Amino acid sequence: MTAAVEGSPPLRMTRARRNALLQSEPVQGFALISPTFLYALILLVLPILVVIAHSFWTQHYLTIDRTFTLENYRVALTEPIYRDLLWRSLYISLTVSLFTVILAYPIAYFISFHGGRHKSLWLFLITIPFWTSYLLRVMSWKVILGYNGVLNSGLMGLGIIDEPSTALLYNSSAVIITLTHAWAAFAILPIFVSLEKVDRTLVEAATDLGDGPLRSFLRVTLPLSAPGVISAALIVMIPTVGDYVTPKLVGGKDGVMIANAIQAQFGKAANWPLGAALSVTTMLIVTLMAGATVLIIRALQRLAR
Amino acid sequence: MRARGFLSGGWLSVYAFLYIVFLYLPVIFLPIFSINTAPTPKFPLTGFTLQWYADLPHTPALLDAAWNSLKVGVCASVLATVLGILAARSITRYRYPGRRAINGLIMAPLVLPEVIVAISMLLVMLQLGLSLSLFTVVLGHVLVCIPYSMTVLTSGFEGFDRSLEEASADLGESAFGTFRRVTLPMVAPAIISSLLVCFTISLDEFIIAFFLTGTEATLPIYIWGQLRFASKLPGVLALGTLLLVASFLLMTIAEILRRRAARRTRNEGGLYA
Repeated sequence: MTAAVEGSPPLRMTRARRNALLQSEPVQGFALISPTFLYALILLVLPILVVIAHSFWTQHYLTIDRTFTLENYRVALTEPIYRDLLWRSLYISLTVSLFTVILAYPIAYFISFHGGRHKSLWLFLITIPFWTSYLLRVMSWKVILGYNGVLNSGLMGLGIIDEPSTALLYNSSAVIITLTHAWAAFAILPIFVSLEKVDRTLVEAATDLGDGPLRSFLRVTLPLSAPGVISAALIVMIPTVGDYVTPKLVGGKDGVMIANAIQAQFGKAANWPLGAALSVTTMLIVTLMAGATVLIIRALQRLAR
Repeated sequence: MRARGFLSGGWLSVYAFLYIVFLYLPVIFLPIFSINTAPTPKFPLTGFTLQWYADLPHTPALLDAAWNSLKVGVCASVLATVLGILAARSITRYRYPGRRAINGLIMAPLVLPEVIVAISMLLVMLQLGLSLSLFTVVLGHVLVCIPYSMTVLTSGFEGFDRSLEEASADLGESAFGTFRRVTLPMVAPAIISSLLVCFTISLDEFIIAFFLTGTEATLPIYIWGQLRFASKLPGVLALGTLLLVASFLLMTIAEILRRRAARRTRNEGGLYA
């Protein structure tokens, strides 16, 4: 029976075609990546969709009412406490990404243009502190900036101040300093990569045509490394907006950020839909801010040329 | 030549030196105060002691947390590396539509705020009726480890000479035989490097573990709990120092292996590309 079926010419042809299809590049490639792809779909995309769905629902004690409502978004955007936290989070993440990029650029430039044979050693030196626990790095800033901390006791020991300053810890500046330190390496890498791609002959050409080093840097190297600056800014800005540990450990009352409020909705306050709406709002606003940053840097890049 | 000074290596290397100090200084304070006799971290130092380290093995909660971290780290790094191998192989070896989009999705956890990733997974797990445990922590850690695993592995797989595999196939090896006897030995350093990187990330990861664990603590969660008590700080500093040293060693070995893998396939980049 099977032999007869296998023997029939049209079926053999479809099987051959199917085999050809199965062995084709796209199908093999897709089959190979599908487990990882599915993992990301189930544990990243699905959860985010669930969060978005929750943001339109309401919670009554332990049950979720699934009638569509925009009430959570009204609360998230108009309640002064959430509005202030959102603004502060955006302000902090924007400041931190500005600082990290400005501080990182010269280092990336130094390694790329003057690193010589030791480029990868420099990069390794710079990245290694960042593979240590994030929690521990934040904790060490608490040790430095605290009332009885390293900075206060050091300054008192040197006779610069008479009593410990309380201005160092538990405010948004402490959060900004800590985050700038924590994300420094993440800004260096993309800038370095884009500087490596800058064609050195173009810089030489500019110099030959009479541009001074500063002018050729501003007109050739800097604009050409703009893609790296953009990714550095985004790679710092987007995650820092939702930072939880730093505000909690060094932020005090004045340094609380939106992530702490989101966490509270899923913990003590137990209002999942509001927490979901706050998460979605944060993501949307930071996306807009990221988009604006890209546009501004691109405009500056065109201006420089 | 006047303006040269501004962009020359001289000034920049001074800046680079100061920058490295800025990067390392805060981290250095943890080991310094972990061997200081005073229970509060302040200057001047009072004296040398190893007492805080000696106390560590006598804390059962800490030992439990260390054991939990080890279990989670091993499971997460193995799973993430297996999924990373499949994806990195597919990305570097095949061309197909949607390849870039899928790659972008897999790498996305790298740039998303961790709190949002954590609470979305928490919501789904609670909806599915999964009870929170170390297993749910592993699921979360695998997701955040895959992008790092991918980066390390892609640098190991890229520039890999396909003609070697073709030669092996022409000489009669099966697809699996070719993979085991030709591909695997070439990429083994990259795979081990990926395992080490993922283990380190899982060992140090706090936010996702914090949201997704039930009653069992990992080391960072244990540290977080201890931070509330000022008197426990020296112990935390000692434990933190040990974790720093562990991460440092693991990442150094991983980097050496990754470079060896990249040299084997004549490709630079990796974590830095």
